[in-house]
Amino acid sequence: MSVIYLLLTLSIVVAVIFFAAFIIATKSGQYDDSYTPSVRMLFEDELVKSTPEKTEEISNQKSESQKL
Amino acid sequence: MDKATCYHCGDDCGNNPINHNDKNFCCNGCKTVYEIFSNNDLSYYYDLQSAAGASPKEVAGKYDFLESQNIVEKLIEFNDNGTQIINLYIPHIHCSSCIWILENLNKLNKGINSSQVDFPKKTVRVTFNSNKVSLKELVLLMARIGYEPYISLDDYDKTKKGTDRSMSYKLGIAGFAFGNVMFLSFPEYFEVGEFWLEQFKGVFRWLMFVFSLPVVFYAAQDYFISAYKGLRSKFLNIDIPIALGILVLFLRSTVEIIFDWGSGFFDSLTGLVFFLLLGKFFQQKTYSYLSFERDYKSYFPIAVTRITSENTEENTQVYDIKSGDRLLIRNGELIPVDAILINGNAKIDYSFVTGESEPVEKRSGDKVYAGGRQISSAIEIEAIKSVSQSYLTQLWSNAVFQQDKSGSFQTLTDSIGKRFTIAVLTIAFVSAIIWLIIDPSKTINVFTAVLIIACPCAIALAAPFTLGNMLRIFGRHGFYLRDTQTIEQLAQIDTAIFDKTGTITTAEKGNVYYEGLELTSEEESLLKNTLRSSNHPLSRKLYDMLAEQNIVPLEEYEEYLGQGIKGSTVTDSVKIGSAAFVGNTNINNKDSTSVHLSSNDEYKGCFIFQNQYRDGVGETFKTMSRDLELAILSGDNAGERANLTKLLPPGTPLYFNQKPDNKLQFIKSLQDQNKNVMMVGDGLNDAGALAQSNVGIAISENVNVFSPACDGILDAKNFKSLYQYILASRKAIKIIKLSFILSLMYNLVGLYFAVTGQLQPVIAAILMPLSSISIVIFTTVATNLLGKKLRQ
Repeated sequence: MSVIYLLLTLSIVVAVIFFAAFIIATKSGQYDDSYTPSVRMLFEDELVKSTPEKTEEISNQKSESQKL
Repeated sequence: MDKATCYHCGDDCGNNPINHNDKNFCCNGCKTVYEIFSNNDLSYYYDLQSAAGASPKEVAGKYDFLESQNIVEKLIEFNDNGTQIINLYIPHIHCSSCIWILENLNKLNKGINSSQVDFPKKTVRVTFNSNKVSLKELVLLMARIGYEPYISLDDYDKTKKGTDRSMSYKLGIAGFAFGNVMFLSFPEYFEVGEFWLEQFKGVFRWLMFVFSLPVVFYAAQDYFISAYKGLRSKFLNIDIPIALGILVLFLRSTVEIIFDWGSGFFDSLTGLVFFLLLGKFFQQKTYSYLSFERDYKSYFPIAVTRITSENTEENTQVYDIKSGDRLLIRNGELIPVDAILINGNAKIDYSFVTGESEPVEKRSGDKVYAGGRQISSAIEIEAIKSVSQSYLTQLWSNAVFQQDKSGSFQTLTDSIGKRFTIAVLTIAFVSAIIWLIIDPSKTINVFTAVLIIACPCAIALAAPFTLGNMLRIFGRHGFYLRDTQTIEQLAQIDTAIFDKTGTITTAEKGNVYYEGLELTSEEESLLKNTLRSSNHPLSRKLYDMLAEQNIVPLEEYEEYLGQGIKGSTVTDSVKIGSAAFVGNTNINNKDSTSVHLSSNDEYKGCFIFQNQYRDGVGETFKTMSRDLELAILSGDNAGERANLTKLLPPGTPLYFNQKPDNKLQFIKSLQDQNKNVMMVGDGLNDAGALAQSNVGIAISENVNVFSPACDGILDAKNFKSLYQYILASRKAIKIIKLSFILSLMYNLVGLYFAVTGQLQPVIAAILMPLSSISIVIFTTVATNLLGKKLRQ
């Protein structure tokens, strides 16, 4: 039954790891702004669309045709 | 297409939309922004949200002060090897398009490394290479695309302080410990005397002890500090029984496990602290993009143009201006110090300082005061005072601005706390003495049990949850309060004082009506065409209000400074201006603002400019006058007296020509008569009164722009609901009182167990969370019902 010592230690270590993760995340300012990231994550795809590789004209035409 | 709206900013394009790429634009500025975006593959901006932009404003010369290294150094956050980081406040940020374009700034300039938007705060943090792009170029770039940052004297002074996250840490620790302790204390509740449990209970108990250490000594420290402060100032606040409860819980539990008397109350202890902190956290909600602390510094520029003795222009930090310096104030710039006008055509808008709505014209040699905004061509002034000694800024040296309003106010919870503490201590001592007679061995047990069970967790939670929720509900209705205490103060208001200009009148164009002989259509056409050429604010107002006319070229046009304008075609001529200018000598209403008109030297009549009152002002005042004392305190002249008397309930006192300091003193004199005063104002001229009053509410047409320091900001379109909000606050206080009664009943049940010496840890462990949760549910449901009513 002394395995309970091991189990207790393990469970507390795991809990402490998560707790430390929370503290680090808070410290890095992750919870300071809880709105912008929710919008930012939706941009990803469109950024690829307008990578600088494409020439100006093509993307201009493209955006034009989208609007028409 | 009759109504064309601008593809970029969504404004009405007027009669001559600029057509470009099959899209309409209201001005060249908007068109240019569109071109910048589409040339840089950024036209996705318009797909994300249509017409999200703002037309760029004229900024030439405005940011020249950013060339000065000293100023730049004060503004940037980080500077190393050419990499600079700056946090800029951009009022225009309002939608996802804004976030997208600002985070893609690096596509517009290679010198910008990255940029990150904080939407709730409306700021953007830009990392850039100062060797490739200077701060000035960066700011100009942002201004050019319609995202002009707002840089004021406030930014210059600001000591960069990090955000305070200790509340999150404390809550995290308390929650972490609470969960683990619950886990460890459970076995003993279910099985007593079981073989394996007997073996390991020592380990469990000491582990619980270890978990509770950071809770008591770190997470709960605010309660000890507050209780100590309360005791020292001989003031029994609610934190005293809380601190006492926590301390007794901890000590008794520790003693119990040392002597193996029982498992202790560690679960109740950590749970108590966790719930209390949760309440505090809930209450803490603030509107990060609103500031309730502004003073004149948020309005003042960082630097102005000084004319040196060699007649060259240079940028000077505002604090460096000395008496005798010559300054150049351009159109739209703020006069930072009291000064004498040297040359130029000054037309100064003092609405900021005095509440006077019409601009004042000044001639060289006249004195101009700090805080006025020049709205005509550039002028030259000579400073006669430094910034901090100027007429307007001196208002801030008044003691009210140093006082902390919150310190002196006794909240409902605190006033209950006093009686509660006395009652709890009495019960504890009385029952201890009784047990001393019956069974001395149980004395300590009963004494500590009373202190533990009476710990006013539920009482301490009632106010934060009720008021925190009200704060959010008000926020959804366009009424933003600084903190929950403001709601309690609002509920006690018995006097409401209103500013006039900008508060009960709209800042937009006022009513104009014509009095006199009827005009022929030729005269109207000529009038409109003459006004077209004038830049005087009254001319512009009148021009916008008159019906559309065909453009007729004028034969002759002349402006007489400070008097009026004259325009003529071949056959006719009109004169518009002051009464004397048009040849009318008997003026009847001197007080109101009016423009007189004559046609072919024959007096026709005058246009009278009237203030436009907000919708429902009359009704709002009428309902409010039922149980509030009302008064109007205006910095403007008495021209509107007749109108106001008609509009407002009879007998409402009206005070005109009140200087900022008069307003402050007026509020103070009311408070000396033991009145609880609410001040409703809008401009800097009300700042003193707002600070002095018990509740200072600033009215704002656009809550994102600036309002003076206050306790609450009210969206102007919700002005007519103001009284409802006051009533709702009063009801919120009733809810708190009801939940006090509810939690007292829980305490009575608990006290029965404690006094009779039967308090088991499991009873405390059930009672404490049960009372807390039922209070939270009760207050949340009740306030939401209140909020629903508010919507109707």
